[in-house]
This record gives sequence, structure tokens and C-alpha cells, in this order.
Amino acid sequence: MSYEPVIGLEVHCQLLTRSKIFCGCSTEFGAAPNSQVCPVCLGHPGVLPVLNRRAVELAAMVGLALGSSVRASSVFARKNYFYPDLPKGYQISQYELPLCEGGALEIDSGGARRAVRITRLHLEEDAGKMKHAEDGSGRSFVDLNRCGTPLIEIVTEPDLRTPAEAHAFLVELRQLVQYLGASDGNMEEGSLRCDANVSVRHAGETSLGTKTEIKNLNSFRNVERALESEIERQIELLRSGERVVQATLLWDAGRERLQVMRVKEEADDYRYFPEPDLPPLTLTQVWVDALCRALPELPEARRARFVSEYALPEYDAGVLTGSRELADFYEAVAKRSGDAKLASNWVMTEVLGAVEGDARRVRALPVTPEGLGDLLALVTARTISGKIAKAVWAEMLETGIDPRAIVEKRGLVQITDPEAIRALVADVLAANAAQVAAFLAGKEQVLGHFVGQIMKASRGRANPELTNRLVREELEKRR
Amino acid sequence: MALWDLTAHALHDEIAARRVSVSEVVEAFLERIESHDGRIHAFLEVHAEEARRDARRLDDAIAGGAAAGPLTGIPVAVKDNICVAGRRTSCGSRILSNYVPPYDAFAVERLRAAGAVILGKTNCDEFAMGSSTEHSAFGPTRNPWDEERVAGGSSGGSAAAVALGLAAAALGSDTGGSVRQPGSFCGVAAMKPTYGTISRRGLVAFASSLDQIGPMGRDVLDCLHLYNAVCGHDPGDATSARGDHDIHPAVLEAGPRGLRVGVPRAWLGEGLDAEVAAALDRSAQALGTAGASVRDVALLDPAYSIAAYYIIATAEASSNLARYDGVRYGVRAKSAGDLASIERRTRSEGFGGEVRRRILLGTYVLSAGYYDAYYLRAQRVRRLIHDDFERAFSEVDVILLPTAPTPAFRIGEKTGDPLAMYLSDIFTVPLNLYAGPGISVPAGRSAEGMPIGMQLFAPRFGEAVMFRAARAVEETLA
Repeated sequence: MSYEPVIGLEVHCQLLTRSKIFCGCSTEFGAAPNSQVCPVCLGHPGVLPVLNRRAVELAAMVGLALGSSVRASSVFARKNYFYPDLPKGYQISQYELPLCEGGALEIDSGGARRAVRITRLHLEEDAGKMKHAEDGSGRSFVDLNRCGTPLIEIVTEPDLRTPAEAHAFLVELRQLVQYLGASDGNMEEGSLRCDANVSVRHAGETSLGTKTEIKNLNSFRNVERALESEIERQIELLRSGERVVQATLLWDAGRERLQVMRVKEEADDYRYFPEPDLPPLTLTQVWVDALCRALPELPEARRARFVSEYALPEYDAGVLTGSRELADFYEAVAKRSGDAKLASNWVMTEVLGAVEGDARRVRALPVTPEGLGDLLALVTARTISGKIAKAVWAEMLETGIDPRAIVEKRGLVQITDPEAIRALVADVLAANAAQVAAFLAGKEQVLGHFVGQIMKASRGRANPELTNRLVREELEKRR
Repeated sequence: MALWDLTAHALHDEIAARRVSVSEVVEAFLERIESHDGRIHAFLEVHAEEARRDARRLDDAIAGGAAAGPLTGIPVAVKDNICVAGRRTSCGSRILSNYVPPYDAFAVERLRAAGAVILGKTNCDEFAMGSSTEHSAFGPTRNPWDEERVAGGSSGGSAAAVALGLAAAALGSDTGGSVRQPGSFCGVAAMKPTYGTISRRGLVAFASSLDQIGPMGRDVLDCLHLYNAVCGHDPGDATSARGDHDIHPAVLEAGPRGLRVGVPRAWLGEGLDAEVAAALDRSAQALGTAGASVRDVALLDPAYSIAAYYIIATAEASSNLARYDGVRYGVRAKSAGDLASIERRTRSEGFGGEVRRRILLGTYVLSAGYYDAYYLRAQRVRRLIHDDFERAFSEVDVILLPTAPTPAFRIGEKTGDPLAMYLSDIFTVPLNLYAGPGISVPAGRSAEGMPIGMQLFAPRFGEAVMFRAARAVEETLA
């Protein structure tokens, strides 16, 4: 009998605001411990939260991009629990009336596109970080810099069926929040974090099995590995006639093992209640509409447009829309060069190669998309050959100098004058009488040898097609 | 008359006319504290050095030609649950007995800007939870009129300080009557403004949706001046009301003429002291004589308010007080052991019995399975109480009622019976649930010489009519 996994995700995503959600402290990552704190995020007596407008905008933008509806009135609530990284003893979150509800995100599943429904999206504050000494002293340290960093929590319906789909969802979501400039989506730095709910059932069943929740999935690889491991465990249990016990599990990435954190009977009671320090958040339709109009073109739409507008293969469009930065870069190259497919080939191989595949770094390259566009225009105008262009590109990456200047300075302009090439051909044929004889005796492959000699003599500048044709013509004359 | 025995507005007249320097005023009050506070224990901390320094600075400014505003040079005491930067703010609790806030409360910023001199921090029930100041970790404040009696609470220190001339005026806080009831017990005017008119930033939270800083003074006019100084929109408090809510003192001149005064007679049954009832009748007469029309007004039984209040206030308190874990500030229990045991011991040792009781109650009413039956239902009752007041205020302009059912009770009389203690707030609590303004004014004395206070309630943002009516009662009966 076959089993079907059912997976739902809860994704936490730090928003790219300059300051924290309820105070003016910086949200920058990597500062010295406890250097970005104030009485508000330290939970001093008497302090009050003031909501960061930008955090609301970014959260609502993500909601709108997911097709969620933004509530006209949403309510902040306190989630009460004790932990040293939570200075107030409660987290300000949203509970019964979240900022956004509904919506969906399309993912790629085995080559087909498939919609994963979104349950809700809400705003909340991040907690601090604990660090436990590894010297056996048993001491722990608290860094409260992260306290109050704005987060959105996105909860999906249990629509995912495989660990690969969960992975695809996260990739797609990360791309979306990055496109929107809402988050840097960096799992390693913790700006994107994921908890997963998973259960298994007999294939074809419609009711859900008992689920477990896996926490601490802090890389794309961990998400897949942990889910695979848990699904396997649950299926084993059911196969051997046992039952799955509802529990919260922790993924130990180091040992690639799941640990039980707590079982249902020990479940926390967070005693949620509406936050009395913040009135309900009311957003007018006018505000929501304006935000909606200001949304950038989203990955999905851009991919489709690249196919129709630039006549690119689906594959190219997918790669090029991998990040907003790369897509912007590509479009500028395509427009400047006038050859969309050539631009695509170059951006996918040379540009992505130069940033080692990290598409968001293209803006840091010394070469502007206009510079690359100009280079490719030189190729399409046959001013230089593709091979020369690669050499010029290498120099552009080194120096950032304009391609035309490089071509001019180094005398790389392609030789397209037939008479000039014919002269080169005559010299080469005269100096290689033996090979000429071989060709005339039927050894066709020496043709390449002559072309190579001519290219060498011209320092690569001779137009290859023309050279090819003229060599053959001159040889034929000698028959 | 001695300087300490003057109202703030009389002191202002002296200072503005340069008949007396701010330093002289401040010295008079510091001497008075020195000689009298040992017995009464109104202050937890006296900021003598800072007060003298402020006085010299103000005297220099006045000598340099600066105009003296209504609060310039006026010595003001601040309840110890309101933050004053650099000086201990303990909230009457052992757990914060070493806590020094790094910032001034909004109200304190405004006091300083108005030229007031902060004399020190006054005693209160721990985290403002109580009605007698007996729940202070540092010992009770005694009533200046009878040292065997309580000063009321939770702002008992502020009330006693003003009554005894240890401060010309004071700030308290009122979550369920905590400025009005001690005002009544000590014979001073004490006001709870409309929720949102005075920023709560820097007021250590007890029950956030009910807490409000309240001015306390020798008379209604002093309350008005203090209120004007500290009210105003604060972008740092999301519940702060927008707009300008100052009340010009000239509104008092209109008196209560033409006002419809409602008395909730149905509230005044069992448990109401006969002398308090008589004071109420005299107050109603005084208002009638001054041109108001007095009638009965129906209001929901205050028992509903008490029930809803002790659910909502304790629920919010259980969450607001969760931050006191000894990790970042405050007193941490000296105990080895794991985190949970450190937190448990810190909170068990650091909080007093009444605070622990309310945290437990609040935790219970928010717990899964009980939330709907308690917290949610209490919020619905609160809505009904609000609507009921709105209806009442469509019939009358102000509501007149006693502040407390009795004059000040004896120290120790109710500490063993929390419910009896809670019921001493039965006439004050409904106003916090409604969120409107109210003031307690001195309205005569009992045969034993204890002060009796009368309250005037007004619609939300109806401070002007409240002051007008209160002034009339005060003029006749104080």
C-alpha cells in the first residue's frame, strides 16, 4: 500500500526595513551583540510600541503579490511565553485577525506549474538570539539585537506533497520577496526561516493523518532532508501498525537527525489576547490600491513576458528571471545590443559565470548592462568576432572600460574586406605548398589548417566565414 | 500663610510677582518633607539635590526676564510608577528596587518643560495594585489626618504628600480609581483624564487599556493647570489621542449653570456610609443652588464593572509583568540552578502577595479553555458599560457620586480580605472601563474629621464640564 505525505509550511521572513518594527533601532545584521537595542526593544518598564509604517507596507506588498486580501482592520495580539531572548515575556504578533488572508503561490513540480494555497500572512516582531557556551561551563548568552526586527509569517494550506515541492515553494517564495525588495531571503543569516507540518496518509484518502511539526529548518537542504527523514519515519510507524504521536520536532542539522522537542500534552498555551498598546491597524482601500499599483512586475509575469517579448525559450526566461537584478540586467543588455537571444546566451553563461551563479550580485559587477550591450552590438554588426568579444569581455571585467575603447585601442576590429583577406590567403597557401597538394589530392580537412593560419596571421581579426569561403575559392582555383 | 500651605496657583502668583524665589519655595517644601515625612512615608525618594539645582536654574531664568508659567517653580511629586531618568523607579516593588530608568516619562518631560520642579517619587501599592498603599514593598503611607488610617491607593503617597503640604501638586496613576480614591481619603482634588489624553509612555504598565496618569492638587484649578501641562498627543504612544485637549482656566468661570447633573441613586445602597451619603446630598444641593439641574440617572450595576475589571486588569497585568524576570534589570534571586528556577524564584521573591494573586488570576482568565468564558465575556461587558455611559451622557452632562463608600479605613482593616478591598473601588472602577474623565474633590469631613470626596464623571473628552461642576462642589463644601 502506498502512502502520501501532506506538508504545510510556516515561513518567517524578516522584512528589509531600516529600523525595527516598534522602535527606531537599526536592523542591520552582524553588529556587535546588544549594540542595537533601546529601552523599547529591551522591554524596559513603561515603554510602548510604535508601529513601523514601512513594515506594514512591505508585508502588505508580499500579501498582494501572493494574491491575498489585505484586511481593512487587523489586530495585534500578544503571544505570552517566557524565554530569555524575549524581553517583554510576550511577542507582539497577530492572531485572530491577521494582516492578509488567502492567496496562492505557483510552484514548479516535476516540470508542471501548481498552485499552493496561502492561509494567512501576518506581521510580528522577531525575538533575540541565545548562544550557549561550548566550553562546558553551561553558560548561555543573550543577544537582543534581533529583538523587534519585523517579520512576516506566511502559513500555507497543507497543499504540498513532497519534500521537493516544499523546497520549490521556498525557492519561489524567496524569489518573490526578493523581487519585491521586502526581504533579502537569506536562510543562512536567518532572514528566511521555515517550520513544517507533516503527516502521511494512504494514497487516495482525503482526511489528514496525525501531524508533527518540524522546527529549525534553516537551509533549503535542511528542509528537504528533515522532511524526507520524518516522512520515512511516519510511514515506517504506520507500516508496522503503530501510530504517529502529535509532537514538535527539532531538526539537528549537524547530525541530520530529528529530536522530539515536546509532545502534544506539553503543548504551550500562549494565552493570546489583543495587544492593548496598539489600536487595530486600519488600512483604507485607497492605500491598498496605491500599494498594488506600485508593485513591481512579479517573477511569474516577467517569465511569460520574456518568452513572448524576446522570443526566448522557456528555459532561458526561467534562468533570467531568477532575480530581479538579473532580469533587469538582461533586459538592459537585450535592448542595447538589439539581439535578445545573443544577450540571453551571454547573460546566462558569461554574466552568471562572472558572479559564480549568484544572480543578485550582478549589480556589483564592474561591467554595466549597457557596456555588455555595446559589446554584443559590435558582434552583431560584425565589427568583432564572437571569439574576440570573449577576450574584450574578460578585459571589461578586469577594468570596466567601454568595449569600443578596448576594441579600438587594441586594434581588434574584424577584417571583412575580401581583398585584404584574399591577400592573407595567398600568403598562407604559398607558404604551405605541401598541404595545398594534399587538399587537391582530396584531403579536405586541411582546409581548417589554412583558416587557422590566417586567423593567426590576422591576430583573430579575419572574419571567420569570409575566410573560410575565400580559402576554398582560392584552393578550387588551383585544381 | 506658609509657602507649603499654598495652592500651586497661589504659589505661582507669588513667584510670578517675584515676591518669592523658586529656591525659597523648594526649600520650604524640602524642609516640610524633612520634618513630616518620617511619620507619613509619602515619599520613597526625595530628589533634593536635583530640585535645588532646578530651582536655581529657574531663578536665573526668571531673573533674566523669563516669564513664569502656571507651573514654573511649582514643586511636584511623582508617583513611583512613572519614570524619571536617572532616579530609581521601583513601582513600590522589591523586584524593581534597584531599577533606574534611562528615560523620562512623557508626562515628566512635559512637567520639566513647564518649569515644574520634581521633588521626588511617592509611595504606592506595588505596581499600582491596591487601594490603600499597604501593598507597597516599602511599607504603607499613613493618612495625614489620622496616622492609624490608610492614605488610600494606589497613589497614596502622592495624595498624602499634597494633603500634608510636602508637595504643591503630584502625579498619580489611575487604573481603577487609584488617584481618585486616595484623593478622597486624604482630602485633595484628584483627576483621571479621558483615556489617551496623557501619554502612557514612561508610566509602568499595570493594565494598559485602563491605566491613565492623573493630576492631583490642592484644588480643582491646580488639577486643571497640571493636566494642561502634561496632556497632549504623543506619537510615542499609539493609544494617545490626537488633537489638543487643553482646558482654558476661564471655563471655570461659567460655573455649573445650566448643567444637567445625574446622580446614580440605585448605586447608593448597602455599604454606603451615612456621612458620605449626607455629603453627596449637600453636593447635589450645592450644584442645584449654583444653577445646575440635578436628577437621577440609571447606570448598570457597578458589580458588573468590578467583575469585568478584575478580569481585564489582571489579564493585562499578567502579561505586562512578565518582563520582570531578573534577566536584564531589576533584582534577580540569588540561586544557582537552571533558567526556569531562576525565573521562578526571582518572581516569587520579587513580587508581593497581591501582585502574585493578580498575575495568577490574569494568567488563568487568559488560559486555553477559559478565555471565552472570562476574558472575552469581560470585554463584552466592558462594551455594554461603555454604551451605558454613552446613553447616560445623552441624558445628563455630568454624573455626581461619592468617590468611595466610606472615608479612609484603618491600616490592616482590609488586607486580609481582598474582596472587601476590591469593593472600596466600586464607585471608581466603572469610569476606567468607560474611558471618560472623572475627578474627586474634597466635599467636607466626617464627624471624626476624615475627608470625604465626591466624584464628577463626564463624557469622553468632556473635561471642561467636569471641571466646571467640580469647582462648584469644591467651593461650597471643601
